[in-house]
Amino acid sequence: MQTVFKKTPVLTDAILHYCPGCGHGIVHRLVAEVIEELGIQDRTVAYVPVGCAVFGYKYFNVDSVEAAHGRAPAAATGTKRTDPNRVVFTYQGDGDLASIGAAEIVHAAHRGEKITTIFINNAIYGMTGGQMAPTTLVGQKTTTSPYGRDENHCGKPIRIAEMLATIEGSAYIERVAVNTPANIVKAKKAIKNAFECQLAGKGFSLVEVLSNCPTNWGMSPVESMEWLEKNMIPYYPLGVKKDITKEV
Amino acid sequence: MAKKLMKGCEAVAEAAIQAGCHFFFGYPITPQNDIPEYMAARLPKVGGCFLQAESEVAAINMVYGAAASGARVMTSSSSPGVSLKQEGMSYLAGAELPCVVVNMVRGGPGLGSIQPSQGDYFQATRGGGHGDYHPIVLAPSSVQEAVDMMQDAFDLADVYRTPVMILADGIIGQMMEPVEFHESTSKRELPKKDWAATGWSPASGRPRAVVNSLYIEVDELQEMNDRLQARYKIIRETEAKAETYNTDGAEIIVCAYGTVARICKSAIAICEKKGVKVGLVRPITVWPFPEKQLKEVMDQPSVKKAITVEISAGQMVEDVRLTVNGAKPVEFFGKPGSYTPTAEEIAEYIMKSREA
Amino acid sequence: MLWTNIFAGFGGQGVLLIGQLLAYAGMYEDKNVSWLPSYGPEMRGGTANCSVVVSDEPIASPVLSMADCVIAMNTPSLDKFESCVNPGGKLFINSSIIEKKATRTDIEVFYVPCNEIAEQLGNPKVANMAMLGAYLEATKAAKTESVLDALLYKLGEKKAHLIPLNREAIEKGAESIKK
Repeated sequence: MQTVFKKTPVLTDAILHYCPGCGHGIVHRLVAEVIEELGIQDRTVAYVPVGCAVFGYKYFNVDSVEAAHGRAPAAATGTKRTDPNRVVFTYQGDGDLASIGAAEIVHAAHRGEKITTIFINNAIYGMTGGQMAPTTLVGQKTTTSPYGRDENHCGKPIRIAEMLATIEGSAYIERVAVNTPANIVKAKKAIKNAFECQLAGKGFSLVEVLSNCPTNWGMSPVESMEWLEKNMIPYYPLGVKKDITKEV
Repeated sequence: MAKKLMKGCEAVAEAAIQAGCHFFFGYPITPQNDIPEYMAARLPKVGGCFLQAESEVAAINMVYGAAASGARVMTSSSSPGVSLKQEGMSYLAGAELPCVVVNMVRGGPGLGSIQPSQGDYFQATRGGGHGDYHPIVLAPSSVQEAVDMMQDAFDLADVYRTPVMILADGIIGQMMEPVEFHESTSKRELPKKDWAATGWSPASGRPRAVVNSLYIEVDELQEMNDRLQARYKIIRETEAKAETYNTDGAEIIVCAYGTVARICKSAIAICEKKGVKVGLVRPITVWPFPEKQLKEVMDQPSVKKAITVEISAGQMVEDVRLTVNGAKPVEFFGKPGSYTPTAEEIAEYIMKSREA
Repeated sequence: MLWTNIFAGFGGQGVLLIGQLLAYAGMYEDKNVSWLPSYGPEMRGGTANCSVVVSDEPIASPVLSMADCVIAMNTPSLDKFESCVNPGGKLFINSSIIEKKATRTDIEVFYVPCNEIAEQLGNPKVANMAMLGAYLEATKAAKTESVLDALLYKLGEKKAHLIPLNREAIEKGAESIKK
């Protein structure tokens, strides 16, 4: 029989704990496939966050470190600086990266830390049960914004990719989404660019991935993908925000 | 090797490098800035890396990452900064990672002062962060002793897979004393760091490394905690150290650590002139607390009481009381904040206490 | 032998340096030494100071509340530390800029015209060395040669030409208190 599809060996055989329809599984696979394709499994160290991806170390078939909430970019710095030949990536959600870990991600970018960050923006805290994130949209209902996010009360959502793109040390910043097959293909390309940027020693790279949270958004998976398209992408425009890798 | 006159902070930094520590992550705070400054100048010359982090929180997490990848690594700070590091300390303990953290203690609480203090004893010896853990805590009382303990501090960290803290004070950090650097060699058998996250593939010949302190199942968390407690038991039984001074036939035993212990020695000399024999027990490890050593001295029939002297409101005195366990009176002399008692004041207290 | 000393003055007078030179010199002569600077708020009000201990025996406390010798390079230092001289101890006063006299009668007091000596030598910066010369003469806590070895170490070979000037300052300071 002809093999038409094979799971990448950079994912373990562990069964993902994510909710049905969640985008995390897609992004895990994209990251793992990129690592496989680049042939860097044996020198890659994954830093997983506190949030829904907290068990990432069970799935990424590479040496893995669990970081404290928001601190993955700092901890990853420790691994990278002790041996620059390592490929180090952090995988973080919006609570982890954009809220409690805002200082760590900004300064990793500021130092031009040669690491790659995969930033999952699903506009909500998933693991703790659907609280408001810095990326929650205005009017969006969460358990801590039960009447909808009020911009006069807690500001407007933060655009991480644009913000980090302003920092000199950032080398490659792109925002993608995983709501359609076409966008997923683009997302994989972006992730590959980000890792290649690290391999070329150009500086800090980050891919912001717009993803969904059917459970905490209170939608079916299909509805959530449509909601993402209609509400998130207009506020969080997709595309390359910064790329110095093409410069000579 | 010839003696060099060195500031405590610089000497500690040099001793760490000689002990094989080539990675330092830190953040400026008085009175320990000479350590990061020294590291910034020296580490690039030995093929290492010094990095000034954006905060103490980031610094300790960089230490966490470097340790997770198997490097000998350290950070240093002073009290308010060490408070910020407590999150990281707990994670280091939970993930069973070796590292060395230097605390040049200053007065508190809050921003406090930049003068020497011993107000961080509880934080250091009880763990400081969340969960059931202790770092090993070493308390030097001279620049030479601080230098001499650095090699073992890193070795202890590696052997027991735990953070080790050097608990000193502004005096140790800022004072210059002659120091001699001896060839730094490990006196312990160091385990292989085959658990470190360095990069893996199925061909690596070891299990995939996962450095982690998350054990979501009750049984698994219990297992990790049992492992830590079993280690702490061995540490308590084998690693406690103290200096005893003038204790034979002493009437009163003074218990003090760090710089204060040296001031107590001067106070003991003053009492001696007045015909009163006072001894000193100086914990060198404050966790584990040298219970056996103190108890042995306190059990002497000549000893009437113990007096603990600290630059604090009375922290180590609790360990002294737990050790003496009501057998004899235990008194406390000292002030909170950062008032360093003089030898004369300590002697006066001892003499008065004797008459009381 | 045990000498406990407090060196005090205002910033820029080089009191921390002469304290350090004494510590180095003591170390070169195989004595136990410690040098502890004041840092932070104590420097407010114009005084910097350091505690220096030179001893044949291991040093117990490097922290001094009382000292065998106090070296006061300016008036606030005298005000602050005169009471800290051990009975029978020595007080060194920079008489060039301190107009007051000591009030203690249970100690030995030396008036050293440090700035005048330095000006006569053509370099006001060596006033501290004149004071150190007087101190060494009165205490013999260390040899002049050891102090100059220490100074050479601190200055580096490039500034070795400054050694004769400093030697002269030490000698003149010593002479100034010879009876």
